[in-house]
Amino acid sequence: MPRCPARIGLAILAAALGLVLAWGPAPAADKAPVVVGAVLPMTGAVAAYGQMAWNGVKLAHQMRPTVNGRPVKLVLADNKSDNVEAANAASRLIKKEGALAILGPATSGRALAVVPLCEAAKRPMISPSATNPLVTQGKRYAFRVCFIDPFQGAKAAEFAYQTLGARKAALIIDVAQDYCVGLGGFFMKAFKKLGGKVVAVTKCATGDQDFSAQLGTVMSSGADLLYLPNYYTEDALVARQAKELGLELPILSGDGAHAPELIKIGGRSVEGLMFTALFNPVKPANPTAAKFFELYARARQKGELGEDMTAFHALGADTYLVLLNAVKRSRTSNGPNVRAALAATKDFPGVSGTINIGPDGNAVKSVTVLKVQDGRFAYVTTMNP
Amino acid sequence: MDAAQLTQQMINGLTLGSLYALIAIGYTMVYGILRLINFAHGDVLMVGCYFAWFGAVQFGLPWWVALMGSMALTAALGVLIDQGAYRPLRQAPRISALITAIGVSFFLENLGLVVFGGRPKAFARPEMFNHIYQWGEVRVLSLSIWVPILTAIILAGLILFIHRTRMGMAMRALSRDLVTVQLMGIDPNRIIAATFALGSALAAAGGVLWAMKYPQINPLMGVLPGLKAFVAAVLGGIGNVTGAMLGGLLLGMAEIMLVALLPELAGYRDALAFVMLIGILIFRPTGIMGEELPE
Repeated sequence: MPRCPARIGLAILAAALGLVLAWGPAPAADKAPVVVGAVLPMTGAVAAYGQMAWNGVKLAHQMRPTVNGRPVKLVLADNKSDNVEAANAASRLIKKEGALAILGPATSGRALAVVPLCEAAKRPMISPSATNPLVTQGKRYAFRVCFIDPFQGAKAAEFAYQTLGARKAALIIDVAQDYCVGLGGFFMKAFKKLGGKVVAVTKCATGDQDFSAQLGTVMSSGADLLYLPNYYTEDALVARQAKELGLELPILSGDGAHAPELIKIGGRSVEGLMFTALFNPVKPANPTAAKFFELYARARQKGELGEDMTAFHALGADTYLVLLNAVKRSRTSNGPNVRAALAATKDFPGVSGTINIGPDGNAVKSVTVLKVQDGRFAYVTTMNP
Repeated sequence: MDAAQLTQQMINGLTLGSLYALIAIGYTMVYGILRLINFAHGDVLMVGCYFAWFGAVQFGLPWWVALMGSMALTAALGVLIDQGAYRPLRQAPRISALITAIGVSFFLENLGLVVFGGRPKAFARPEMFNHIYQWGEVRVLSLSIWVPILTAIILAGLILFIHRTRMGMAMRALSRDLVTVQLMGIDPNRIIAATFALGSALAAAGGVLWAMKYPQINPLMGVLPGLKAFVAAVLGGIGNVTGAMLGGLLLGMAEIMLVALLPELAGYRDALAFVMLIGILIFRPTGIMGEELPE
């Protein structure tokens, strides 16, 4: 029962006014921002990836702050490097913030947790660096701007067998991560196919700090290569403890090693450690990349960024740029149209190189091999698909 | 596995076990007196590591000064937590205090995430702990030898303290009967504060040694050592200091041997600790050194 008729009158007036504004050539409504959500690990075991990717996204946002004449609003949600948190964060961004698309997550396990939500809500997800094939397999709304692990594992095996001359490989696999189990498996398969032998496979879990027992097994196996398909913290600790135990093996790792923490935690023990990376941070590939490199260098000088550029900065930027390009081409901001435009991405000049989205939502890219030299990441070689 | 490797793994187990033991002592002391499982203990350890990190890395103090400073600050933190969180609940049911402890644990973790950031920080290892000794095929980091020695010294000092000083006597009395002790003119809050200070300082020491051995620290680093040390304390008989030491050594040795002897089960390493916990709770709930429960 309304108590105050004057208030009703006011409400009707306001509603009428709103109606007029909505019907009219309302510039206010058109200028409503396009909301882009980011679900990234800002804390937890793989916080470095999330923070680096987020810095990349922000720089890319500086490069292209608007789309179709509307400003873009970035909303970040921390997935705490945890699968459940990732799903919660994505659902909050889609339902409460009305995000048009999700950038992230950075790792395969979290991406697998977010994909079903994006499929159901018909909002595209673009991961910068989730390399496990299952992330996009059979999915309509899942995309990524990096290569996938069957390819990375095969190239790593090729590099190990042909360039390093390894014949007997030992592995320590983090079985708590979809990424590590997948990449380790693909490497072993390819390495055996080339004629190599896998002499030891031992396991660990994210957050483990003591690898002395696993390294003991590796030592007695007579391996001539240690392959670590894990993330940077585990890689650094394994490398340190290997040196302490006197294990002088070449160590090869995957794109998960590409974080400054590898060198900070590993110190001298990671000198010479090699890994297959998603991107070559030494030379820009096109004018977009050159612009990004310049912005990055400026932010680095001003002290806004505390580390050298890695693949995660570049790929974070690319998720944003690829999405914006698709929104522009679709001229709308509804999920299914943007999805269709994303799937049709062809020869897009991204920060990390030319991006073509394949039929299953995966980017086709070359593998860069980097190594740690004098406390920095140095370029070794590029391996093409 | 040959003899050299077995020796190597035994030393690894001894080092890891000593670290668990050092942390377990803090659990057991607080439980002995308050019957409270202080689940924030692992996170107190984490804060202790950051104190030492700030001292050693940011201010360039020598490692032992940083360690002493960290122990003092962490002791103060322990007292503060007791005063702020547990003391108001002294008369409340035990479950309330337990849930508060879990709350304090989450609080410290998230405070750490906000204040220190979520990315791991590298922890420097002093030169004296960085030598590698080699006997035949056995290679040992000097830190791995220092850890058990330091643990033994600390434990010996602690036992002397508990059995030879007035404060220690008061602690023992308090663990028997809180009400009667008050009648004897002892202020239980002072003794409890001292217990928290001592336990937290030991957590800081354990944490700093932990961080030297596994040289990275992050705001969630205390969770797993905290849980493992809790298991160790229960294994040894919670409330019993020597038991905590034994439980820690047993757990460390068992974990290393599982991974060394059955590499395909290495992923179940953390599960082993909890299987051991369940086992001891079923078959000997009072732990190895625990006294039989009176009827």
